[in-house]
Amino acid sequence: MSEQPVIIPSISKGKAWVFGDNINTDIIIPFRFKSRTNDPYEMAKYAMYGFDPDFHKKISKGDIIIAGRNFGGGSSREQAPVALKYAGISAVVAESFARIFYRNAYTIGLPALEIPEIKGKINQGDELKIDITKFVVENTRTNETFRGREVPQFLRQMLLEGGLVEYYKKYKQFPWIQTQNSLGKS
Amino acid sequence: MQTTSSSSLQQNEEMRNLPHIKNVLNDNSLTFAEKIISIKNVETYGKKSTTISRSGDIVVVDVNLAMAQDSTGPLAIRSLNEMGIDSLHDPSKALLVIDHTFPAADEKVANLHAMMREFASKHNCMLVEGSISHQHILEYLAAPGMMILGADSHTCQSGCVGAFASGIGSTEVAAVWATGQLWLRIPETIRINISGIFNKGVFARDMILDYIGKIGEDGANYKALEWKFSNEDIRNQFSMDSRACISNASMECGVKISVFPVDVITRKYLDENPRINNNSSDNPYMKQIEIHPGNSAEYIDEFEIECDKLVPYVSGPDHIDIVHSVEELENVEIDQAFIGSSTNGRIEDLEVAARILKGRKVHKNTRCVVTPASVRVYEEAIRRGYVETYLEAGAVFTNATCGACVGTHLGALGDKEICISSSSRNFVGRMGALSSKVYLASPATVAVSAIEGKIADPRRYL
Ligand code: SF4
Repeated sequence: MSEQPVIIPSISKGKAWVFGDNINTDIIIPFRFKSRTNDPYEMAKYAMYGFDPDFHKKISKGDIIIAGRNFGGGSSREQAPVALKYAGISAVVAESFARIFYRNAYTIGLPALEIPEIKGKINQGDELKIDITKFVVENTRTNETFRGREVPQFLRQMLLEGGLVEYYKKYKQFPWIQTQNSLGKS
Repeated sequence: MQTTSSSSLQQNEEMRNLPHIKNVLNDNSLTFAEKIISIKNVETYGKKSTTISRSGDIVVVDVNLAMAQDSTGPLAIRSLNEMGIDSLHDPSKALLVIDHTFPAADEKVANLHAMMREFASKHNCMLVEGSISHQHILEYLAAPGMMILGADSHTCQSGCVGAFASGIGSTEVAAVWATGQLWLRIPETIRINISGIFNKGVFARDMILDYIGKIGEDGANYKALEWKFSNEDIRNQFSMDSRACISNASMECGVKISVFPVDVITRKYLDENPRINNNSSDNPYMKQIEIHPGNSAEYIDEFEIECDKLVPYVSGPDHIDIVHSVEELENVEIDQAFIGSSTNGRIEDLEVAARILKGRKVHKNTRCVVTPASVRVYEEAIRRGYVETYLEAGAVFTNATCGACVGTHLGALGDKEICISSSSRNFVGRMGALSSKVYLASPATVAVSAIEGKIADPRRYL
């Protein structure tokens, strides 16, 4: 495992890439590409392939995906958030996420912010700033800020450390191992 | 890190916890999901909880089986390596399945398969090759009351025997292999009441396609579905194969789990197909807990399905929740007809396809590919003479694998090709070229379409 892991900083800036509803994992990375490699940098070459095979060349580091409802539906492939992260995407902001993609995004350390009121508020190419310590996105064109739906504390911590693997490397235990019976409500 | 003896430890813990389990099972205010998670919930690492958990709670649970397949397993192994974890909590609960691209279609896939074999042999965990994971789990491992998590979205299929079964990611499977546990949020539940008897040519797949068409692609995102039969006649038309199809296909509206009641059909299936896990000395799979949702449980929604009102449906192209009656799409010409996948590649599906294809020919402009879901289904199809029927009709019969369902081998689609398929999904590019189109339907509709070379109505044949 020689490749360096990508860890997303707590504050990033980038351009918005705006998508509609139901962007599924076969669009994010088709099976035939993700099933042939275990290298995240290789996966990144197919990020959003189903939308545009050259997507990974067109984006710049820090860019942010803005999407409608049910982002990441379909397969359980962790390669979907991995491909986006290693292609340079610093966060996905959507009106809602499919459940496995949402879990996977936190697990691999790609910020996924659920913000229903984002709909129609961000244009393609807008300059955005995202702060994952505060869970907010700012549209620098309109000066509007939006707050992501809260997630349990242990997931936020895991995200800030760069995902589950990085968290484990640092603390030698998994973030949900706590003494209290319940990790919270949502 | 705990090691192999932990499953007997865990059993002892469960015994000590018996009064709590009884309380939970008798609590009429709990849904299936609330009951099972209240039982599997762990308080601190390795200790049992005696708390009742409710929808919306986030808890840590004990997991009885954690699976990864050949397109998610390599990443799980990679994550374990990166974390420096080199022993598994309980190898008898770890399952690796090589199914998606089996046998390997090229050297890159072959190398990832080799990595899985090496891992399985090093850790002495279960390794299955050449049966689709969910079908293998149904045939040999899944039991009522089990907590099954898998790095494959259709892991929810095992709800058909009354297990809590749900899809997770690769690195999460790695964490379960390492500790035997994972965090879960307890889902809210939608109850679906089924009444009415299917008309000729209408099957379980039509029922679930129609439901998804009505509630939408994310209509049950994060939710549990509980299926309920209004009486015994209704129940008897849902074989285990049909239940597996519905629990599997429920994924397409975003579910966390999709569970059927444990009833005479479940018990008969389990009697005829004994659970085995040769790796484990104390065999946790033999321990079944029937969990029946409480009468006064709270549902966030209820839905009525009248089977007698349903017709054969076709979903697509490109979106699962665009669902038409077959009549609306009749005459759409097709290049390929695919019968297979974990959604509809079981013996019941192969039977109806053989019945339709018997003495008939696949249309000259159409390829028909039949792929069984498991080695056991494959053998049964040979024994019953279906394979001969397919070959005489001009269809191709392949080994058991996901194959065409994921467009990687054994029936991938080229540019602008059109396929009607009994498989799980019709997303853009799912079965091959981005410009190809996939329609989904029951195996019967797919088989008659293969004969006519265009989408056709199975009611004219059955
Ligand atoms: S057959 Fe299709 S739906 Fe089933 S596990 Fe394989 S890829 Fe997934």
